[in-house]
Amino acid sequence: MRTFTTHTPVPEVDLPRSLIEAEAEWMRASRSLQVPIGRRSFIKVSALAGGGLALAFWLGGRPAEAAPASGDSGDGSFSPNAFIQIRPDGTVVVFAKNPEVGQGVKTSLPMIVAEELDVPWESVRVEQSAIDREKYGDQFAGGSMSIPNCWDQLREAGAIARAMLVAAAASEWKVSPGTCSTDGGRVVHKSSGRKLAYGDLATKAAALPVPDPKSVQFKSRKDYKLLGRRITGVDNHALVTGKPLFGTDLKLPGLVYAVYVKCPATGGVPKEADLDRIKSLPGVKDAFIVEGNGRVDQLMPGVAIVADSTWSAFQAQKQLNVTWDESAASKDSWSGIIKQAEALAGKPGEVVRASGNIDAAFAAAARTIDARYTYPFLSHANLEPQNCTAWAHDGGIELWAPSQTPQGGRGAVAAYAGLSEDKVTVHQLRIGGGFGRRLMNDYMLEAAAIAKRVGAPVKLMWTREADMAHDFYRVGGFHSLKGGIDASGRLTAWQDHFVTFTEGGEPRKPVRGGGMSGTDFPCPMVPNLKVMQTMLPLAIPTGWWRAPGSCALAFAIQGFLHELSVAAGRDHLEFLLELMGEPRWLEEGNPNALNTGRGAAVIRLAAEKAGWGKPLPKGHALGLAFYFSHRGHVAEVVEVSMDSGNKLKLHRVVVAADAGPIINRSGAENQVEGSVIDGYSAMIEQEITFEAGRVQQSNFHDYPLVRMPNQPKIEVHFIESDFPPSGLGEPALPPLAPAVCNAIFTLTGKRVRTLPLSKEGITV
Amino acid sequence: MANIRLNVNGTEHNVDVVDPSTPLLWVLRDNIGLVGTKYGCGMALCGACTVHVNGSPIRSCSTPAIGVVGQRITTIEGLAAGDGTLHPLQQAWIDHDVPQCGYCQAGQIMNAAALLRQTPNPTDAEIDTAMAGNLCRCGTYQRIRAAIHAAAHALAAPATAIGGTQ
Repeated sequence: MRTFTTHTPVPEVDLPRSLIEAEAEWMRASRSLQVPIGRRSFIKVSALAGGGLALAFWLGGRPAEAAPASGDSGDGSFSPNAFIQIRPDGTVVVFAKNPEVGQGVKTSLPMIVAEELDVPWESVRVEQSAIDREKYGDQFAGGSMSIPNCWDQLREAGAIARAMLVAAAASEWKVSPGTCSTDGGRVVHKSSGRKLAYGDLATKAAALPVPDPKSVQFKSRKDYKLLGRRITGVDNHALVTGKPLFGTDLKLPGLVYAVYVKCPATGGVPKEADLDRIKSLPGVKDAFIVEGNGRVDQLMPGVAIVADSTWSAFQAQKQLNVTWDESAASKDSWSGIIKQAEALAGKPGEVVRASGNIDAAFAAAARTIDARYTYPFLSHANLEPQNCTAWAHDGGIELWAPSQTPQGGRGAVAAYAGLSEDKVTVHQLRIGGGFGRRLMNDYMLEAAAIAKRVGAPVKLMWTREADMAHDFYRVGGFHSLKGGIDASGRLTAWQDHFVTFTEGGEPRKPVRGGGMSGTDFPCPMVPNLKVMQTMLPLAIPTGWWRAPGSCALAFAIQGFLHELSVAAGRDHLEFLLELMGEPRWLEEGNPNALNTGRGAAVIRLAAEKAGWGKPLPKGHALGLAFYFSHRGHVAEVVEVSMDSGNKLKLHRVVVAADAGPIINRSGAENQVEGSVIDGYSAMIEQEITFEAGRVQQSNFHDYPLVRMPNQPKIEVHFIESDFPPSGLGEPALPPLAPAVCNAIFTLTGKRVRTLPLSKEGITV
Repeated sequence: MANIRLNVNGTEHNVDVVDPSTPLLWVLRDNIGLVGTKYGCGMALCGACTVHVNGSPIRSCSTPAIGVVGQRITTIEGLAAGDGTLHPLQQAWIDHDVPQCGYCQAGQIMNAAALLRQTPNPTDAEIDTAMAGNLCRCGTYQRIRAAIHAAAHALAAPATAIGGTQ
């Protein structure tokens, strides 16, 4: 049983345990908690009504068979919602368990099953699974956890099925299973030359006992036929032909359309609304106040408008007048917070982590450097705005929810509606971008609340403006950093006073994504360390934004680290490698800890591929940064130039990443390319500001995303080490901003300490 | 209430809309049921709602449906040939595995199709200019550019297979 050590100083929310741990992986501190992960699943076999083999997973509790079967699908086959179905006609159906937010798991997770099952990918039909914890275990998209969480579970699914098919063939041939092998969806008896297709064995295999999962052998990497290849997304054809896939695309008989209007300052309660006038507007069917349950991550009070079309609902929303009781609403002011943070800089904070003797180290240092770094709040800005369709019928609620945590949403809806969970059905749909926003299920609760009152299926649709006004924002932060270097140019002391935020409560803890443990590279390598924090009160909702914590901390920490290598007169590559030191785990046996050998290897590879130290075109400079997050070791080297008007051009980004063996090369590269662009997009001009509790940005004109003309050339190099594979949705994002800022410094001598770049007068 | 007649992908549709100013996007999605065209911003800032009117790309979120009565509207659902043969851009998008979440891609493809009609063999700079109005939140721009080049080659030499990533 693998374990990892962590503590979880994050607010309570309906998230899978393992995701909260992922969020907290970089926040490891003195307290420790042994949490088992990668539990072995128990597998139950069941015969398909039409003949064939189905493997249902049984993760404790009741067996899958006890769950109501979904019945005959009309084509003679049976769909018991298991991971694998093999039909007598040779069709292989593999169910994709986790939400697809663009991270490619609807393709990569079934690939793992297909590899161990040993079937040609072309013969596999992928279907999205139901939301069912009993059968599938945790189902969520977050923390770059899908691959590491499902790796053993899905290999086991495929390997057990293959073992049973081999046993079925061996019994048919009256030979020992050990003399049989598999190849491309067939069992082969080499010495006699006999072959049987899986489809022909399916019914017989279904009658066999399930082998002990520990007795089945996983393939070794050298025998992989599928994993590591470039496989294109299973939904690509449907996407490029405009088929309905997303939450917003859902159409049901009798569907009505709804919007939900909340107070622009979080926590405001509707006192009065001109509901009668709204109800008289063309196309409007109903308008009413929803009390909510007071939880920002679930259901805040607001006004629901139900209409005959999305447009009628949007138009009515524009005309709605609400008087809000804002006595308990957020009064947060970003400009006020900046002043508070400035006043705190240079003063001590609560010590989060300390080692050595920081004061003695600074006194003995040949050189010390001070710097303050600041970064803003950000919005997730998923291109598909939040939405959910809900239908209260037959004593239950059915939801079609683009959620990253559909199981949490199911539980929250059940609790809100006073139903048992089995009365709440959640269908997962393809999701138009996650980035952490849809770890929250507020739109599910809102849709459910409206559906409870409306006797028809209701599609709740947020406008872009509502989406930007009611996000769970990436939290901003402030760092007062001080570093010391000895006479030989070695880093001897590191101090950080981090000004962050708390939602209050006892014990006071940082808001989501706003914590800091003092274990980020290079903190554990510095002999004298002092990491402090001060938490300011905050009511604006915060959430996990791609590579939570790391997405912001990397800019400050890796930028300041470059300041120190420059001050020491050292080459940054050499400085980073010296800090990494000998190859070792920073915490033995902890897969969430940095491995310095892996770190050094990606740093070397990125530098080599980018031509570090070699001549560059005139007016160009390179910047290098490394970061470890979500089990991924990633180094990036960027090449920039800038014109006399401070217009930056990012020419090239060279990424070297070690996330273990690659599952789907195309998907993996896509995630790295996307992370780089996301990191770049966020650092240019994105900034969420707020005054009187109200967010001041509303759409893509004042919250711009990077566009095609600013796309750099991105090169991705993987080191496919033999460590278990980990996820790539996040770890390539954090190094981008510091790498760009380090390059800007090398080019211009100007150090960027405030993001976005527009604050420093830099445009693209 | 207004009744409008729209020609979408070669089919005539009679649609009753409550508000005569209803944008084409919502008539396509809610009334006609063609949901490939997406809502992203409602202000012609993101391009997810791009369709063709008489072959030219427009932002359907900001175009009143009543304004395109009697004109030829093409959506992503009507881009492939009648027999289902994909437009070379659609094929290139699949082969290059362009989509991540995929939400913006219909708009990207429709905009690129209009580009290729005007500029059959665009340079990188021409692609950048033409595609600058289409946001991809997932950051697939590098692959979009490669797929447009591949489709341009395929259109120039239809017998040649499109270079893919498979």
